[in-house]
Amino acid sequence: MRTARPSPIGLLALLACLLAAGAVRAESIVTSLSSHQVAITSNYAGSQVVLFGAIRRDAQTISRTGPYEAAVVVRGPPQTVTVRLREEMGVVWINGEQQKFANVPAFYAALTSAPLDEIAAPALRDRLAIGLDGLVRHVGDTVERDGREALFRESLVRLKRDAGLYVAAERGVAFVTPEIFRAAIVLPADAPPGNYEVDVMLFSGGAMLARDRTDFELVKIGFEQRIAALAEEQSLLYGLGTAGTAVFLGWLASVVFRRD
Amino acid sequence: MSIYLPVAELTVSLFMILGLGAAVGFISGLFGIGGGFLMTPLLIFLGIPPAVAVATQTAQIVASSTTSGLAALRRRALDLKLGGVLVVGGLVGTALGVWLFAAARRAGQLDLLIVVSYVTLFTVVGSLMLRESVREFLQSRKGKPRPRRRAGEHPAYLGLPLRMRFHRSKLYASVIPLWGIAMFIGFAGAMLGIGGGFILVPALLYLFRVPTNIVVGTSQFQILCTTLAALVLHAVANQAVDLVLALMLIVGGVFGAQFGARASAHLRADVFRFLLALLILGVGLRFAVELVLPPEEPFSLSITQIGGGE
Repeated sequence: MRTARPSPIGLLALLACLLAAGAVRAESIVTSLSSHQVAITSNYAGSQVVLFGAIRRDAQTISRTGPYEAAVVVRGPPQTVTVRLREEMGVVWINGEQQKFANVPAFYAALTSAPLDEIAAPALRDRLAIGLDGLVRHVGDTVERDGREALFRESLVRLKRDAGLYVAAERGVAFVTPEIFRAAIVLPADAPPGNYEVDVMLFSGGAMLARDRTDFELVKIGFEQRIAALAEEQSLLYGLGTAGTAVFLGWLASVVFRRD
Repeated sequence: MSIYLPVAELTVSLFMILGLGAAVGFISGLFGIGGGFLMTPLLIFLGIPPAVAVATQTAQIVASSTTSGLAALRRRALDLKLGGVLVVGGLVGTALGVWLFAAARRAGQLDLLIVVSYVTLFTVVGSLMLRESVREFLQSRKGKPRPRRRAGEHPAYLGLPLRMRFHRSKLYASVIPLWGIAMFIGFAGAMLGIGGGFILVPALLYLFRVPTNIVVGTSQFQILCTTLAALVLHAVANQAVDLVLALMLIVGGVFGAQFGARASAHLRADVFRFLLALLILGVGLRFAVELVLPPEEPFSLSITQIGGGE
């Protein structure tokens, strides 16, 4: 007796049909970044990357009662950060208690098309890490110390926010048409080089309908890149080169401004 | 116009750094000192990471001490033998200083080390200089000159073993106290991003009674050698030397120093020493205030590692 074994091609066809069927049930989003590589040049003073998103739906997509809302979360390269508390010791204030956090994004931006409460309920926002409130509770991996670490995490987010490296903009995403939106991701000059992940989410009536991820890279190029690479990989050569340059300039000054 | 510092990984204003270099260069030309003790704290204050500020400022000192060292060589105002002995001690101190700097950086206590060192070194040296300067001023008002050293009168530390004769400096002394002081200056210099001329010059003048015309050239020679070593060691051990920042500081400093040197011709020697003492004491007190006053923001952040971590 022969068992009916579906051929691999048939399986693939079935899978494609299922995927297509899934696509027609809910919306999907297509995103595009203005650039996937942002270059740090010699007069770099920050940059801007623009994200465009289009909502895809067809005749079978169920109609929504409320408008669409979008959230764009950008995370910079992970860092290990130590938060220190200055304490009074005798007459002086010195760094005392400290808490180390691993995997802290160097940069974080939560751009939304409306105030956070209109996007989703706090529990869902927390899970998706949208907004600084969630960050205050979750950012970074650290050793727990009976809630004491919460104070340090809160300070970490506050200091990053004061430095302009953690931002939240409730009107950061704008709908150009009801189905096309754009968001400008503004990078301050001191956002470090590395990979920046962009998480794009679509909501309606407090529920997430679709999600898409993309990324861009902030890189040093040309002279800046060569100097940084040399300083790191050929540090002896770099040190000798800098010393030679300094001696040469010192000699040059003594020749140019000779007073005797 | 802004310019990106590839090693510090931040953007600064070109004109501000050039202006700062020129201002500090002016003061250094005025007083005949390196000016590192003003520039390093200013750079830190501008938000340059302390490690980069200290390591990069060393390059500026290399350039300025090359210029003044060469000028001294042309005037033959340089005791190479004494300079050589000082360099031996200075190099040992520099190596120790860079090592402690790297260790403190790893332990996350570098900022504290720099602040505490500035406070102690500068308040002590500044107060001593101020006291000396006020006493000198009062004595000159009363018309009593400072008593000269009589022949055959020597402090005990010159008579320690390993004695050497330095003809140009009219000095016959043990190398042990010379090494000691050079080591201390090399150590402090590597840690604080200073040349140490403001300690070495009075030490050679008052403790070793080296003739004034020899002192400055010899101290510049010693500073050049130790900061050259410190620069290379900082580049290797801490990878914190920023070439772009160094170039701006050197260029600004060169021009400032020319005007400073011209202005110094109009300054009386006693006023000059008094002002320098105030300046040094001021820097020390500025750091002391930071250490003593309750901080506005008790928390601080430092990036200890780039990448995924743990």
